[in-house]
Order: sequence, then C-alpha cells, then structure tokens
Amino acid sequence: MIFPFVWQTVTSLKSPGEIFRVPPSIFPDELYIQNYKDVFTAGVPFHWYLRNSVIVAGLTTLICLIVGSFASYVLARFKFRGQALFLGLLLAVAMFPQVAIISPLFLFFRDIGLLNTYPGLILPYTTFALPLTIWILTSFFRELPVDLEDAALIDGCSPFQSFYRIIVPLAAPGMVTTAILVFIFAWNEFLFALIFNTANHMRTVTVGITMFPGLHEVPWGTIFAASTIITLPLVLMVLLLQKRIVQGLTAGSVKG
Amino acid sequence: MKSRSYLPYYFIAPAAIIIFGIALYPILHTFYISLHQINLKFPDLGMSFIWFENYIRLFRDVRAMGALLNTVFFTVSTVALELVFGMIIALLMDRALRFRGILRATVLIPWAMPTVVAAMLWRWMYNDQSGIINAMLVATGITSEYMQFLAEPVLAWTAVIVTEVWKTTPFMALLLLAGLQVIPREVYEASAIDGASKVRTFFTITLPLIRPVLLVALLFRTLDAFRVFDVIFVMTGGGPGNATESLSLYTYKTMFGALDFGYGSALSILTFACVVIISVFYIKFIGTKTR
Repeated sequence: MIFPFVWQTVTSLKSPGEIFRVPPSIFPDELYIQNYKDVFTAGVPFHWYLRNSVIVAGLTTLICLIVGSFASYVLARFKFRGQALFLGLLLAVAMFPQVAIISPLFLFFRDIGLLNTYPGLILPYTTFALPLTIWILTSFFRELPVDLEDAALIDGCSPFQSFYRIIVPLAAPGMVTTAILVFIFAWNEFLFALIFNTANHMRTVTVGITMFPGLHEVPWGTIFAASTIITLPLVLMVLLLQKRIVQGLTAGSVKG
Repeated sequence: MKSRSYLPYYFIAPAAIIIFGIALYPILHTFYISLHQINLKFPDLGMSFIWFENYIRLFRDVRAMGALLNTVFFTVSTVALELVFGMIIALLMDRALRFRGILRATVLIPWAMPTVVAAMLWRWMYNDQSGIINAMLVATGITSEYMQFLAEPVLAWTAVIVTEVWKTTPFMALLLLAGLQVIPREVYEASAIDGASKVRTFFTITLPLIRPVLLVALLFRTLDAFRVFDVIFVMTGGGPGNATESLSLYTYKTMFGALDFGYGSALSILTFACVVIISVFYIKFIGTKTR
C-alpha cells in the first residue's frame, strides 16, 4: 500500500539522468537535493502556491469549525421544527457533484470579482466540508454530559454563554479531529481551484504541481520533490493522529 | 431539551445560508443556464432562451453518451474492487490486534495524499520507458516488453482504475472496520461452537450485521466515483482519443475549453440527475432492507 509513496520520495532524490535509467534503480546513486531547490527556483512560484494553500485550507478549517459548531450544538441538544429538513439538506450537499454548480458559481464569482481571490475558494470549500464538520461535531457534543450546561443555565448563563464557555472547551478533542479532516479536504481539492483561481499567483499546490514546465521531458524529479513537500504535512498528521482521524471518518456512518 | 425560543434557528442559520447560497440556489441556476445558449467566446451575443435544445443535443452527442458510459463503467468497476479489497483489509485489521496501529497508518497514507499527487505518481510509475511497473512486469516475466499503458484504451482504463482503487480502498476499509468492531465477540464464539465454517460465518453473520455500514460506505463511494475528475484529468486527460473521458471531464472541457456554458450546464445537470437517481436507489435499499 505505501510503496507508491516510498517510490515518490525515492524518485524525488534522483538526478535527472538517473530518473530515466532503464530499468529504474531502487536506491538513488547519490541523494540529489537539487530537485528540492528547483521546486522553488525552476520558474514556478511554488512558495506562492504553498502560501495560498495554507491560507485557503486554514481559513476554511476555521470557518467550518465556527459555523459548524453552532449548528452541531443545537442538533445535539435541541429538538426543533425543521430539524429533519436541515439534516436532509446536509445529506444532499454531502452527495452533491461539485461539477453541477461550477457554471453559475463561475459566472457569479466573475461578476462580483471573486475569481482569483481567497474567498472564491474558501466559500465553496466551506460549503462542501460543512456536512462532515457538523456530523462529527454533533456526535462529539452528544457525548458531553448535559448536567454541566444545566448548571450553567441555573447559574445565570445565557444559552450562548454556556455554549462557548462550557461546550466548546470540552469538545476540544472533537474540534481537533474535525479540523484535521477539513484541512486535508481543502488542501487536496482540485476542481474548484483549477477553475476559479487561474492566475499564477493565486494557484494552490494541487493545481501548482501540474504546472511545472518541461523543456524536453516532464521534470519528474522536481514534481516529486514538490509532491513530497505537499504530502509530508498530511503524512505526519496521519501518523501522529491516526486514531482521531479514523474516529472522525467513521463518526457519522456507523450509526447510519 | 425542548426549546420554545428561536435559539436553534439562530445557531443553524449561518450553515443553512452558506449551503443554500453556494450549493442549492446554484443548482437551480445551472438548470436555468442549461436552457440557454451562452458561449463566453461570444460575450456580445449574451444569453438566448432555447428551451430544451441543449438536452436534445446531449442525447444525440456520441461523445456525451460515451462519457456517461465511461463514468458508469468506472464507477461500477472501482466500487466493486474497493468493496472486495476493503472488506479483506477490514477483516485483517479486525483480527490483527497487535499490528492494527501500523496497518491503520499504512492504509491512511494513500487516503491522505492529494488525488492529484497520487495520479501524477501513478502516471510516472506507468511510464512506457522508465516506469517501475513496466520494469517489474518484465523482470517477473509477466510481459515480454515495455507497454504503453496510457496510450491504449484497455490499458489506460486499467491504469486509471488501479490508481483510484489504491487511493480510495482505505476509506472503504476503515468504514467497514468500524462496522466490524461493533459486532460482539460472543456472536462469533457462538457460531464457532455451533460448528459453522469461517466462510459460512462471514456470509450468514458478519455480512448481515454490517449491512447498514456497508450500504452507507457504498453510497458515498459510488457518488464520489461518479464525479471522478482529478485522476483522469492528470493521468490520461480523457485519452487516448476520448476513451477514458468522464462526464465531469467532458463538462469541464465544454465549459472552459470551448467556453460553451449553456451546453456545459446541461451536461452538469445530467451528472446531477444521475447522482439523484443513485442516491434514491441506495436510500430505498437502506430503508427497506434494514428493518
């Protein structure tokens, strides 16, 4: 399963001559670090791509957590009219093919000047990450004891105060889990990024790695050095927080 | 807690507004655009209402119908393979207590990788001259010469499907594992005492018990596979010819290559309609059989 990932790293450390050797060598003759330098100097502003991805994925995560935790709190604690409708809405968005809305969103974003901006990506990313956010957070909030909030209400807290003073801090582990999943989703997204942010300085990393120009051959060494750079943070997250990630991924589905 | 106040509505309002504004309203607007002739190459012509002409064109368009068939083929084959491999991995992880952590980390790496990166990587591994896959196939004597994987329709399909299955089987495996773990051990013990074979136990006990989780996992994977874009865009670009072109990719090319937004929107609606049909089918299935 992880061989391709290992192979990516190996290839990223081979010199251009060695990369095209037949049959391919399993270990690089020498560790060719130049590929990693080329990522930032070979005519592609990769540091911009990285910055854009960090900003877009980071803000998407933040907004999803704020908006999502409000909705999840009432879903976990209250029964209200329209609840089923709202849950149906979430399910619908989770199933939604992104390609079905690119034409109106493109025209709309073009008309109000949101193409090649951060909000132009953050808005759709937030929309498509919200169902997952709300499902995971709701399942976490449900596990928290109600007594604490009741006590807070009796002590004179408003529902809003009891929410952000008691629930939010207690649900911190759930927030972390959700944040990782949303971040990975936003970091990896390709279609919207390809369509909405076409200006070079506004591209994200996923679109960026398809942009490395080749003089004669595709510059595989540089591409895989870049791939390794953008995959590494995700792999570290996975190794350190695997239990949480699995917990989050399966939170919504096991109960059906 | 029962609330008589408007509090819940204030709390869900931001999420509801975002979802309505960026997903629900736009889908109606896509339908509206699909009833028009609008090409961004000729902005002066504007939009003219042409009823269902784009849809009539769609059903006569060999390329669109080919893309639809390709997408269905891709969805059915990848989801079926993921189900089999995902189930095997999930059963292994359920038994292997000591190595579960390592297995889980191994499985999560393909899941966490950006699809574009995975597709680039596999495209390189399938390379017709320096690709490791060709080297291994020749070294083990399975093939006698290097093959042009991405230049031949059947081979290109195989390459794309293998990549997708590698990337998405982990999701399936983890969901199925979560389903397996809620089955009480006593059930297996009882079945072993009754003398049931492992295969029989799997089909008569395990499978019915994880059925709800299984259907949810299948639903999400099916819908996800149906909107496939990244893998094909990077690996084959829809080629050779249009042999591996998916609906999403054709839609993208129509809108941002030919700038034909009217027809592109009709293609979008076709994808959307298929997704609705798939969802209704699954939800009926989940609803009726689990009771």
